[in-house]
Amino acid sequence: MTFDQFIQNLANGISLGSLYALIAIGYTMVYGILRLINFAHGDIVMLGAYVAFYGVVMFMLPWWVAFPLAIILTAGIGVIIERAAYRPLRSFPRINLFTSAVAVSFLLENLGNVIFGGRPKAFERPAFMDIALQIGEASVLSYTPIIIVTAAILFAILIYIVNRTKVGMAMRALSKDIETTGLMGINTDRIIMFSFMLGSALAAAGGILWAIKFPQINPLMGVMPGLKAFIAAVLGGIGNITGAMLGGFLLGVVEIMIVAFFPDLSGYRDAFAYVILILLLLFRPTGIMGEVQAEKV
Amino acid sequence: MLEIQNLHVFYGGIHALHGISLNVPDEKIIALLGANGAGKSTTLRCIMGIVKPAEGSILLNGESLLGYKSFEVVKKGVAMVPEGRRVFTNLTVYENLSLGAYARKEQDKVRQDIEAVYHLFPRLQERAFQPAGTLSGGEQQMLALGRALMSKPTLLMIDEPSLGLSPLLSQTVLKRLKDLNRDTGQTILLIEQNARAALSIADYAYIMEVGSIRLEGAAADLAKDDQVRQTYLGIH
Repeated sequence: MTFDQFIQNLANGISLGSLYALIAIGYTMVYGILRLINFAHGDIVMLGAYVAFYGVVMFMLPWWVAFPLAIILTAGIGVIIERAAYRPLRSFPRINLFTSAVAVSFLLENLGNVIFGGRPKAFERPAFMDIALQIGEASVLSYTPIIIVTAAILFAILIYIVNRTKVGMAMRALSKDIETTGLMGINTDRIIMFSFMLGSALAAAGGILWAIKFPQINPLMGVMPGLKAFIAAVLGGIGNITGAMLGGFLLGVVEIMIVAFFPDLSGYRDAFAYVILILLLLFRPTGIMGEVQAEKV
Repeated sequence: MLEIQNLHVFYGGIHALHGISLNVPDEKIIALLGANGAGKSTTLRCIMGIVKPAEGSILLNGESLLGYKSFEVVKKGVAMVPEGRRVFTNLTVYENLSLGAYARKEQDKVRQDIEAVYHLFPRLQERAFQPAGTLSGGEQQMLALGRALMSKPTLLMIDEPSLGLSPLLSQTVLKRLKDLNRDTGQTILLIEQNARAALSIADYAYIMEVGSIRLEGAAADLAKDDQVRQTYLGIH
């Protein structure tokens, strides 16, 4: 492989990784706060892409209106799901929450089939995302750096919110101890709602960028990215936002590089994510950034 | 300030509180004493809206607290230092203190109040930007207390402040409470297993036993009472 090709693959891996990372953050935030794996999160990714698609195709909105609007609407759907399917079950055994999350996932996928139709739709990229950029011998299309930069901006905003704002401080407190957070005069329901909103917004952004990278959308398109992003979140140490980002990038780059270096194995591409996951769980069950939880006596 | 009448609580089938009544007058320190499992923490958790009572009333300055969630009770002027301190170990000392003031409207005064807490507990200022998890048990207790004060409570409730602290440190913490009460007129409801220490700073005390109030009286009288001395203070 030439150096140019390596750079091309690396760019590709990082852009895929940043998509995994965007989606993984939602898993990890919800887990950090409610100890819930939100199985419906992948389907939020799909909704984000479809809302953006219809914004452009049906309502003739320019992309710079349709995409942000889709992110906002999908964040709203995330909030509704939390309110309707998770909040009423919060005081029950965790298995009820899990079951509800699986149910929401099936509901969204099947509603997608009914409303959007099961046939894949072509997602049209804005023209400026389709320009070929030459890097030495190799070339990438302009959407690759655009994905990376957009994701980086969103990460920066998220890190700012979590670490530098009052509501972010409450989120960090909540992830440690919900009851005591309430004793601080903080409306914990509202903070949980805000976390779902943030996570769903990032997932919607991930879905739109995913559709830009792989411009065919269908109601089940969120399943695989959702699963991979979940693996990324576990790789990074579930509950840890920085870990989710790291895990996402790691998974994206490794996946692309294995295919690039061993083209014969490209058919097993999706299997690598699981191999990495199994190895990690064997040798470092808490993930890259995860804390070792002391056993409570 | 706080009036509890005939409070009953059930946990599943267990009758945890059998109709307790107590009264916390303005600017006093009231101690709630008793062994493990007597229902002391349950009483505080009822006041904070964490546990729902089956029967009875809880009035704060004449207004019922029943049916409110913790954050709403805090906004009405009650703060609680939970048992085991429960500081946010992943947040810095400064952030813990700021969180305590989360619900307040005058955020510009918060900075000033954090300074006041630092003045009360200088150790916290030295460690302001360390994660609270790196503090010692005594320092965490001071932080938990400072954090509760940040909401400017009219009623401060403290669950077992001396739990897990050395006798010397417990005394320091209790002395701080006494100072606070004397200097600012802070009303305090104090839960303790260490009856002797609690009686030394309280004005009035209730002694609980398996979900009921067994005895009550002025702290000074209880400390002299033979039965109390034998049963709760271990003096024969």
